[in-house]
Amino acid sequence: MDVFLQQLINGLSLGGIYALIALGYTMVYGIIELINFAHGDVYTLGTFFSLAILTLLGVTGIVTGPALIVVVAVTILGAMILCGLTGVIVERLAYRRLRNAPKLAPLITAIGMSFILENLMLYWHGPSPIPFPAVIPNPAVGLGSVTIQAKQIMVIVLAVVLMVVLQVFVYNTKLGKAMRATAQDKDAAQLMGININTTIALTFLIGSALAGAAGFVSGVYYGSTWFLNGFAAGLKAFTAAVLGGIGNLAGAMLGGFLIGLTEAMTTQFISDQWSNVVVFSVLVLVLIFRPTGLLGESLPNKV
Amino acid sequence: MAVATRFGSSLPAPLRTPGARTALVFAVALALPFVGHNGGFTNFLADAGAFVLLALGLNIVVGFAGLLDLGYAAFFAIGSYAFALLASPQVNVHWAIWPQGGIHVPFWVLLFVASGIAAVFGILLGAPTLRLRGDYLAIVTLGFGEIVPQTFLNLSQWTGGPNGIGSLDQPTIGSYKFGFDPLPYYFMVLGLVALTVWLANNLRASRLGRAWMAIREDELAAAHMGINTTTTKLAAFAIGASFSGLAGCALASKLQLVSTEQFQFQVSVFILAMLVLGGMGNIPGVIVGSLVLSALERFILPQATNFLHGLGFASIDLSNSRFLIYGVILVMMMLFRPEGLIPSGQRKAELHAAEDDTTVAGHEQELYTEAIR
Repeated sequence: MDVFLQQLINGLSLGGIYALIALGYTMVYGIIELINFAHGDVYTLGTFFSLAILTLLGVTGIVTGPALIVVVAVTILGAMILCGLTGVIVERLAYRRLRNAPKLAPLITAIGMSFILENLMLYWHGPSPIPFPAVIPNPAVGLGSVTIQAKQIMVIVLAVVLMVVLQVFVYNTKLGKAMRATAQDKDAAQLMGININTTIALTFLIGSALAGAAGFVSGVYYGSTWFLNGFAAGLKAFTAAVLGGIGNLAGAMLGGFLIGLTEAMTTQFISDQWSNVVVFSVLVLVLIFRPTGLLGESLPNKV
Repeated sequence: MAVATRFGSSLPAPLRTPGARTALVFAVALALPFVGHNGGFTNFLADAGAFVLLALGLNIVVGFAGLLDLGYAAFFAIGSYAFALLASPQVNVHWAIWPQGGIHVPFWVLLFVASGIAAVFGILLGAPTLRLRGDYLAIVTLGFGEIVPQTFLNLSQWTGGPNGIGSLDQPTIGSYKFGFDPLPYYFMVLGLVALTVWLANNLRASRLGRAWMAIREDELAAAHMGINTTTTKLAAFAIGASFSGLAGCALASKLQLVSTEQFQFQVSVFILAMLVLGGMGNIPGVIVGSLVLSALERFILPQATNFLHGLGFASIDLSNSRFLIYGVILVMMMLFRPEGLIPSGQRKAELHAAEDDTTVAGHEQELYTEAIR
């Protein structure tokens, strides 16, 4: 039971990272019905950008006191801005021209963009894993036999805070309303005076910025990264988005935590080497038996 | 199509029919290993031929039926491992017919068995997932492409895990053993390519092939025309997978080894890039695209790297950039020439249909603006 509770904590913090990535998938899919395969790599770029910012700040180990808050805030914001811009550039260069093309074309472009980003990161830091500074002192809270580390609390809190901010933005601001309108019907939204190009770019900006935040968090959480990190993480986060119901923000969050739990439990009770197989099997099973996900609504076939 | 016709009419009379041109291409292919080249070149030809088989198989799924399969390497893996388990000392049994231990089904039988097994897995994966919308299918096949090699890696008591399966049986014809010379493998692969080109070509014109293309253009309309979309798509998956089984046998028997590294996601994208470059749905285009990328990997990048080193750029190794190049090919082709370098006329029309729509819409908009002034 203790092991189970401990893995519950581990799974939730792992799930926080997947949830942040899944939000980007679900937002982009919600608005232009594209599986943005490059999104997982934007997340890895987030870790790379964070590392670059920390190096600029001269941080190589644990930071304490007020400096910690400044360092964390600057790094997260920096990584979010840089990743957001990357997302916007990718959309502008690779996806915008193909918005009305047959479905196959933007999907293939997305795979291509993913390969391009991965290989640019390969040039940047080489093929081996790169160490990431610990940054945050990691005291643990003990609850009986279960321990919760500070960085686990950070992941969960950050994921939930960003999620709430996003929810408020999408449902309580004019720009958020424009995003929802564009997602429902691009042509009608345009006729109502919404600039759909700007709105779609904004969606990529926010989704990629969240991946940037996840990138920083995962660097601190795992203590290392490498250029292909985003491939498996991206696939798992997409699984989370589908599990929650693609296009649904709360669903992406729920799916992220569930996938994190699945992975932690598989690692504990079956074996580490089967965890990817189990998670991807969940993807296949959800798509077969409940393609609308847990919180999604079914969509009619558009002619 | 128009280009091909114009090209054809400028040729000498005996070469004006497609059949004659195909025969000429195969005659050249048969002569290639003897044109003053070494064993390394023949080795390349045999490998490239196996990838032509894979590209032709994926072309059935992506090119003809328009289903984006991102885990095609999984079927290649299944075909290869099926061959490896049934033609090596790997399985720990001692039956009287094979006193040396293991299972040693004759190669030419296994060719059919392995492609059959790959086809069965195509149906097993396809049956539940082909009802999904196109983009979900892409991600499910991607997931499947991850699960299969990982499973082979994990089941190390049967598959040798990371070491793979070695000392596979070599093909024999009567008392002639293929051995380690790439030449007989090349001729075998060439024969298999001829067979698959013939099959793919006949399928394309058949009732099934036309149903695939109808689904590719508009699945809903095809369903309303009375096409059973699920079985039609299943057929594409199964036939495409069976081609990869052929390629798996050919390549595994030539390399004498299968291991999970040969079947990573990158391989699926490599084959997809061949299709995108050459022209999805067009058999000559797919073959050319496949050969160009194989040559790029084997000759052009190492040569260009040597050239750059000669110029003093010692730190550049272009062989590491091949996946970057595939990514650029996928993006650039889709943006600027989605029909590929050697397109089929029909596919070209489909891929540019959307542009025509926007121009029509734009034209209407202009008329409307004029009218309200």
